[in-house]
Amino acid sequence: MKVCELKEKFGFAELNIEDGQREINGVYCGDLLSWVMGRAKESNAWITIMSNVNVLAVASLSDVACVILSEGVLLDDEVLKTAQSKGINVLSSPYPTYETAVMLSKA
Amino acid sequence: MVTVRYMDKLIKFEFDVDGTDFTSAGQASVNVKKHLRQLGLSPEVIRRVSIAMYEGEINMVIHAKGGKAEVNVYEDRVEIILRDTGPGIKDINLAMQEGYSTATDNVRSLGFGAGMGLPNMKRYTDNMEIESVLGEGTTIKMTVNLN
Ligand SMILES: Nc1ncnc2c1ncn2[C@@H]1O[C@H](COP(=O)(O)OP(=O)(O)O)[C@@H](O)[C@H]1O
Ligand SMILES: [Mg+2]
Repeated sequence: MKVCELKEKFGFAELNIEDGQREINGVYCGDLLSWVMGRAKESNAWITIMSNVNVLAVASLSDVACVILSEGVLLDDEVLKTAQSKGINVLSSPYPTYETAVMLSKA
Repeated sequence: MVTVRYMDKLIKFEFDVDGTDFTSAGQASVNVKKHLRQLGLSPEVIRRVSIAMYEGEINMVIHAKGGKAEVNVYEDRVEIILRDTGPGIKDINLAMQEGYSTATDNVRSLGFGAGMGLPNMKRYTDNMEIESVLGEGTTIKMTVNLN
């Protein structure tokens, strides 16, 4: 499934979309950044409740397809600007991490 | 950042890692990633270098008040050297264990301090050497082979 389908299918809010056509090949959930760094696979959708700027560095370096902030978490203006400048796909799901992951697994 | 070319054999990148600004940590790694892409290295190699370097960079920020990062690209390998003049690592074997961390609660609340950094660095590189002297600092050299 493609990143742009997350909004269409589940109504997730698009906070920053750089490449909506990017294909998602799996899902990784986690909030400990170096754990995620070592375990998330390239082109995964990464679901987390963390929203500080370091999330963007981890997303960029581990090359995930998108970050999905769960629990309706949003980005501060400053962090959003960084997401834009780094070109990182970030969405926000109103649901908790588990429900968000389950939704994606059924897609 | 300085880029030096020696007879198209070696490309060298150097960065100062700011130990006072936690929010900008990762800049050197993101920068290196961009350059390695331009050099046309494989995505897998780039990913491994990026992850290893990022973990090292974060460690310099949270444990050693910053330092210097150097990346050398050879024909057959990428070499990452991280130098700091922080407190040093008392027991390297212990520090290498997954889950071992002396990070503060504040650092943890930002999502770091899982004790996965050094193990990740080892896992993602083909060779890693740590030299550390208590009270003087730590130098970590990592190599990722290109083929
Ligand atoms: N550059 C460094 N200077 C001093 N101590 C370090 C450095 N890098 C790592 N350490 C020590 O090794 C421990 C383990 O490092 P790491 O595996 O990256 O976990 P974390 O950074 O999450 O604590 C750290 O908690 C710290 O005590
Ligand atoms: Mg670490």
